[in-house]
Amino acid sequence: MGTAALLATLFAPLAGSLALLFIHKDQAKAIKTTALVFSVLTFLGSTLLVPGFDAGSAAMQFTIDMPWLTSIDAGLRLGIDGTSLLLVLLTTLIMPIAFLTSWGSVTKSVKEYNVLMLLLQFGMTGVFMATDTFLFYVFWELILIPMYFIIGIWGGKDRIYAAIKFFLYTLVGSLLMLIAIIWLGLEVGAMTGNGFTANLAVLREHAPMIAPQVQTWLFLAFALSFLIKVPLFPLHTWLPDAHVQAPTAGSVILAGVLLKLGTYGLIRFNLDLFPVASVQFATPISVLAVVGIIYGALVAMVQTDIKKLVAYSSVSHLGFVVLGIFSMTTEGIQGAVIQMVSHGLSTGMLFLCVGALYERRHTREIADYGGITSVMPRFAVLFALAMFASVGLPGLNGFVGEFLILLGAFTSPVLNNQMFAIVSASGVIFAAVYLLWMFQRVMFGTNDNPENKHLRDLTASEYWQLVPLAVFIIWIGVAPRHFMHFSETSVKAVVERVGTFTGKVSSVLPLPQQQR
Amino acid sequence: MHIDYFGSLPLIAIWLGLGAIGITIQAFVRNNTRLVFGYYLGTLLLTAALALITSGHKGTTFQDMITLGGVANYFDVVFCAAGVLTMLAARPYLQREGVELDEFYTLLVSATAGMMLMAHANNLLVLFVGIELMSITFYVMAGFIRTNIRSVEASLKYFLLGAFASGFLVYGMSLIYGATGSLQYDVIRDVVAQNTTNFPTLFAIGAVLMAVAMSFKIAAFPFHQWAPDVYEGSPTVVTAFMSTAGKAAAFSAFVALFMALMPGTSSLTPQLQLMLAVVSAITMLVGNITAVAQTNIKRMLAYSSIAHAGYLLMGIVSNSADGYSGIVFYVTSYVFMQLGAFVVVGILERQNNTQLEINDYAGLAKREPMLAFSMAVFMLSLAGIPPFAGFFGKYLLFVAAIETGYTWLTIVAVASSVVSAYFYLGLIVKMYFTEPSGEREPATSGLAGITLVVTTAVSIVLGLFASPFLATFKSWW
Repeated sequence: MGTAALLATLFAPLAGSLALLFIHKDQAKAIKTTALVFSVLTFLGSTLLVPGFDAGSAAMQFTIDMPWLTSIDAGLRLGIDGTSLLLVLLTTLIMPIAFLTSWGSVTKSVKEYNVLMLLLQFGMTGVFMATDTFLFYVFWELILIPMYFIIGIWGGKDRIYAAIKFFLYTLVGSLLMLIAIIWLGLEVGAMTGNGFTANLAVLREHAPMIAPQVQTWLFLAFALSFLIKVPLFPLHTWLPDAHVQAPTAGSVILAGVLLKLGTYGLIRFNLDLFPVASVQFATPISVLAVVGIIYGALVAMVQTDIKKLVAYSSVSHLGFVVLGIFSMTTEGIQGAVIQMVSHGLSTGMLFLCVGALYERRHTREIADYGGITSVMPRFAVLFALAMFASVGLPGLNGFVGEFLILLGAFTSPVLNNQMFAIVSASGVIFAAVYLLWMFQRVMFGTNDNPENKHLRDLTASEYWQLVPLAVFIIWIGVAPRHFMHFSETSVKAVVERVGTFTGKVSSVLPLPQQQR
Repeated sequence: MHIDYFGSLPLIAIWLGLGAIGITIQAFVRNNTRLVFGYYLGTLLLTAALALITSGHKGTTFQDMITLGGVANYFDVVFCAAGVLTMLAARPYLQREGVELDEFYTLLVSATAGMMLMAHANNLLVLFVGIELMSITFYVMAGFIRTNIRSVEASLKYFLLGAFASGFLVYGMSLIYGATGSLQYDVIRDVVAQNTTNFPTLFAIGAVLMAVAMSFKIAAFPFHQWAPDVYEGSPTVVTAFMSTAGKAAAFSAFVALFMALMPGTSSLTPQLQLMLAVVSAITMLVGNITAVAQTNIKRMLAYSSIAHAGYLLMGIVSNSADGYSGIVFYVTSYVFMQLGAFVVVGILERQNNTQLEINDYAGLAKREPMLAFSMAVFMLSLAGIPPFAGFFGKYLLFVAAIETGYTWLTIVAVASSVVSAYFYLGLIVKMYFTEPSGEREPATSGLAGITLVVTTAVSIVLGLFASPFLATFKSWW
């Protein structure tokens, strides 16, 4: 059943986008309903992955291996491990919310919009499920096209600039990755004697034996592609533009899922395939991650535009994720995985809140607001929850990930320097500063702008968008085990693998055993 | 003399259809364009069908001057498909321009016959006849709208430079003949492979001259200068045909010829590969970077077509079965996407070379959603973005180049691909992200609509269903 659920989760959005082609473009309501129904069904389908999933196994599960382009050994190879499971669930949860938020705000070319959104979901789920480098690349690039159009057609004033920048930045990285995929396939093909291969299982088995110098180049090509997507400082400059110009749903997806493609790729490809090179480059990348944490936070602090502030906060938060990954400890990577999910939920929710304000006032300038709590008290509660989750308040999801990442970085034998954790911990403080300050200026104080006197509190649709996220934010914060045990075995396997090939045994503090 | 009539059926069909029967029909039937159009359409379809039927029948005939079966027949099908698609698009175009003459279709089929001869050649003289038949026909077609000064200029320019290139070709052939003692590809290959050429220097010069001549035909640096002017000035449907089928034909000949001139054991092969690699790298950079600066869509597509010649050369550089398979697949996808793009241009174009600026495409998605959609697919495919056909071709060429140690060339290709994405996306930006300026009469596509549906569909699905193609290619080399 798990395999069927996997296929359903992957292909239902594609089926949905094809189904939309048969609805006339004037029937906007039917189009929106169909898209929403498909995305909700996909979410329900994806939850069926959970019961059959064996959290005690690090292997790919629910695998499918169908031949596709046999002469270049590209196949429809799919499967998920604990890390991908969490990210797939995140994707399928975010998408119905994205459809809801664009229900009223997207009014032009409704059909094209919904088709592209479903294609985007197809691509994102595909990336998390592909266990074939060629297929992975196809899905990876497939995401680019719908996102480019979503920013370019439905975006804000400078949407064209933002869309092109987004596209070209990603393309530079991914084309280098393409070269690496080919090179890697040929190297391993020469080892096995079976010729070029794209099968991740085979690549995984042989990749660490490739000549160290070649490994370094391969690592760098993959890493560049993923780090642009994350984005790591100084490759982040596309992100604020794309976030600010994208429509709300686009920002939610960008922050919620797209950025995680990069960090997911780092774990799946860089750490797993090139453990030696990963250790070699752990320190420089971690330095950039820490710089990103501080830089993102400082820049966020001076923003006057709420959306831009949230965008820069993403740069800071994703810096934590990268630091956690390259600490190469079980705690650090587990923290990174849970932080990916948490960031998707809390930043997604922040963007929804900003979107809700924008819908009412058509401005994102902090100065235009003030005292909103008095007119929108219910909104204020949920906005505060998202804000505190993002700050990393204990009891909410953000704390879990950041704590584990800092712990991992502190104890990491690979980084072997406590300064990483110490400096980046200040990023948490900065986050409190810029988010609380923003919240204070927008929500508190006196409501003296006449245009803000009669704003409507949350609508039913907005409850449906925000409450599910709030539930998960609290759930992860209170009982992280419910989520983290899925990825624990796969993460441990990665860390052990790094240890085997480099001799650096990394887990100092054993995580408490799960109690059932 | 034994002649393999069965294997030669596609060639016989197009020669009989064109020469004997076609010209006779035109001599007696006057002013019945529809009949001539239908007749030549039938000729091309029949030829393609025969090429498919006889594709398994391999061998040589006409005293080993012609190869039969395999890749040559595959190319026959590609040329005929391009011919049919161009004819469908040409009819409404020429009618609108008021120059629909029977001769256009005769010329088009004549060019196709020349291309087929190039693909089937196993002898330098046959190659020459094929190239000249194709080229001379193109010179005439380029100047087909003879009241239009641009068209006439294109024709003259193409003729003068083309004649020059033919000179190089013949000179190269004579040197190779002198060095190896034969005009037959297979004999040349054997001699070169054993490093027993009479005059190694002469052979080297000959091979370089051949490369020069072929570079001219595929529009590779530094012999690419004619392409933008000719592509811009020629009637758009002619450009569509020249830049796709013409380039495919040149590559079919290039592959067969350089397989003979660059056997793996020859001491000269590495140098020739390196030379072609440099040509390839500069071609794609020059093509893509210059394309960025273009404001006229035909010139932009012309430079993009130069860049694609650069990518295709990577297959020749790698000089391996994978490389040649990559070329064949890339050429196939390229023919459809580039032809489709020019057909869209042709549909939107208005008399006296108007509506050809990229700015005229502003808001096209609002005015002509179907045309804009097709164009967007072609642009993304040309840029090599999956899941479109262009990506799979590029991927195969990259694999071949890296496999043979030309990783630096692949990196150049990747860099220039990023540059190319900029201008391909620029057109999409115009079509989708900006508002239309001013009212325009709606475009009518007529028969060209069929061409667009076919080319769009192929650009979308060819890569996804590439498996049988690749398996077939593998059986050839």
